[in-house]
Amino acid sequence: MNTKSALLVGVGGQGTILASRIFTQGLLDAGWDVKMSEVHGMAQRGGSVSTQVRWGRQVFSPLIGPGAADLVLAFEKMEAVRYQEYLAPDGIAVVSSLEIPSAPISAGLCPYPSGCLDGLRRHHRCIEVKAGEIAQSLGNRKCMNVVLLGAMAEALDMGAMDWETAIRNTVPSRFLELNLAAFQAGRAAVRGEAV
Amino acid sequence: MKRYLMSGNEAIARGAYEAGIQVCSAYPGTPSTEILENLPQYRDVLYSEWAPNEKVAAEMAYGASIAGARSLCAMKHVGLNVAADPIFSAAYNGVGGAYIVVTADDPSMHSSQNEQDNRHYARAAKIAMVEPSDSQECLDFVKAACWISEEFDIPVLFRTTTRISHSKSPVVLGEREEVSLRPFQRKTGKYVAIPANAARNHPKLEENLRRLEAYGNTCSLNRMEIHGSRIGVIAASTAYQYAREAFPADTSFLKLGLTNPLPMDLIRRFAGMVEELYVIEELDDFMEQQIRAAGIACKGKEQTGKLYELNPQLLRQRIFGEEPGGCAPEEPVPSRPPALCPGCPHRGFFYTMAQHPDLLVSGDIGCYTLGASEPLNAMDSALCMGGGFTVAMGMAKALEFSGSPHRKVFGVLGDSTFFHSGMTGAAEILYNQGQVVPVILDNSITGMTGHQDNPGTGRTLQGDMAAKISIEKVLEAYGYEKILVVDPQDLSAMGQAVEEAADSTVPTAIVARRPCLLIPGRKIQKSLCQVDPQVCIGCRKCGKAGCPAISFRDKKAQIDPAQCVGCTVCAQICPVHAISKEDCE
Repeated sequence: MNTKSALLVGVGGQGTILASRIFTQGLLDAGWDVKMSEVHGMAQRGGSVSTQVRWGRQVFSPLIGPGAADLVLAFEKMEAVRYQEYLAPDGIAVVSSLEIPSAPISAGLCPYPSGCLDGLRRHHRCIEVKAGEIAQSLGNRKCMNVVLLGAMAEALDMGAMDWETAIRNTVPSRFLELNLAAFQAGRAAVRGEAV
Repeated sequence: MKRYLMSGNEAIARGAYEAGIQVCSAYPGTPSTEILENLPQYRDVLYSEWAPNEKVAAEMAYGASIAGARSLCAMKHVGLNVAADPIFSAAYNGVGGAYIVVTADDPSMHSSQNEQDNRHYARAAKIAMVEPSDSQECLDFVKAACWISEEFDIPVLFRTTTRISHSKSPVVLGEREEVSLRPFQRKTGKYVAIPANAARNHPKLEENLRRLEAYGNTCSLNRMEIHGSRIGVIAASTAYQYAREAFPADTSFLKLGLTNPLPMDLIRRFAGMVEELYVIEELDDFMEQQIRAAGIACKGKEQTGKLYELNPQLLRQRIFGEEPGGCAPEEPVPSRPPALCPGCPHRGFFYTMAQHPDLLVSGDIGCYTLGASEPLNAMDSALCMGGGFTVAMGMAKALEFSGSPHRKVFGVLGDSTFFHSGMTGAAEILYNQGQVVPVILDNSITGMTGHQDNPGTGRTLQGDMAAKISIEKVLEAYGYEKILVVDPQDLSAMGQAVEEAADSTVPTAIVARRPCLLIPGRKIQKSLCQVDPQVCIGCRKCGKAGCPAISFRDKKAQIDPAQCVGCTVCAQICPVHAISKEDCE
């Protein structure tokens, strides 16, 4: 298998790093070589954040440039569009329907680009997941990141891999059942979309 | 063998443990912070601490080396500027136990004020340098660096970048090598840096560097990967990984791990094996310049450029002329800059300063640098750690000459920065009688780097209780006559303190004190502010506080309950009292 690449993007504080950790641990457990690149520090204070994950037989670079990602998982709609140029021509976007206004929007300098996914859809397969609502229905909005993780795994045709061990080893045990349910709900949401 | 997914920083910490290092010190700074954060787990055999600043960390670790222990200090790239003084002289003195200085550079400035290339420090200070290219090498190279340091009697600069420190890759762990302390002996000629000793030690250092270069020509840290004779690439660090992926499969590599001094014989041999030679490196032409100066023809910087991070796609584009991939968004996407968190104690102070355009604000490095961003826009400069007070001093002296209407300059920094290098500035203001008000935004933690303890928090890196140094007592001891301690979230009190300090005729300082909301384990009384849309007149004044929880819809303010923590800064601003607070469970 050629090296695969995914970007997890969102807003600082949304839990992109935890989702990336579960994802990479699952890939490692499955025997792949894995590299993952995070950005810490100032960007975490509510700024736009991205994590890159790459896996394959042998991975060299922890980082990719535009046009090279197999998948972009966006925890927020506008962020999907910000990073869309990272997608390879046949790359897929999995996008949470959540809209979080950024400072210029809150200050009234520009509107939230609500129809922003239309442009993305013209070039790429784009799967929108109501991750917030799904997480809410499971009883805790905070598991939204694992809902999206499940959606990503499904979109990559890797949903059936053993992710349970990785989730078990990453999240606190009292949230295990919730997160396992969240993962499956995310998978199901993508399967529903694909029909 | 079990593989663990570790960041470079975690692997360096593990490497320090396995290498038998006994003493480690650091000041936190992205992207280096997690090295020390991962050391307290080994406290039975390894002492680790947060130092007040990088210079202290470097000196403290060097003292441990002289006393016979293997030691390590760690810092972000700009931290090495602070720590440079002891390191340059430590090179002349040489080491006792191994002495490792970790510098984590930040190409692309993800969380830094510049993207300086600290490889130059290794040459300038005449010390060895190793550069790992993934997490396994981070672990292994700490051990190699310890051996080099002791064998060649030299400090070792251990240089990473953001993508080395903060990338995770699989690591196989080893066992700790127990290294007994080298018995301490007084060696005045070696360890006392006075001119006569330095004059004797410099030629020894040059000889050690010559021996080290010869070692570099044969050591396993530098290796050839021969796949063909058409193209050869010399690379180190993460640039090696980028090049490995960007260049064709028949490209040969000279992958360097020991990069100062450069192994010039090995490089010459490699150059002779390939038709076309590239040097691929991020930021400056550190290697390329030296290789060219040695008379070896090569290409690199002219195509790759000196700015920002590289990546495989960028290399293919710049070297092989590949078209850039990806579809850019059809419409520009609104920016999402970082902002002070909802409930951040700094907001009240900067909102207050924004109401006083006649007062200049000289800022510093930390979360509070975000006071410069819109809509607060309440900062006139931010330069470096500790510069808040001293840059203010220069501005004030210049303004005295210009007859400017500005009343006073407010020099602003945080509690951790105060202990880092603010105290000297506080002395400068008083000693040289500047029209400056030093303001310490004391949120009781080192915030931006992820909540590390400091001399003001009463706790150490290893989790022990410690002396809690009082900022106001320090200021009082210096001779500040008025020290206004105020809760910045109380806008009226904050405003009064600023006015009083601005008009004061005696040396006056402000301590704006409220702990950061994100300090782990801190219980906060969660409450919520709400807007009454019937009362809101849509004046947008609350928006001037730059709180991420506030937005406007249908000309009315609204507060996102998921983000609001009930700090009430917006409620205090609202001229028609449309915002009220309710306690939650």
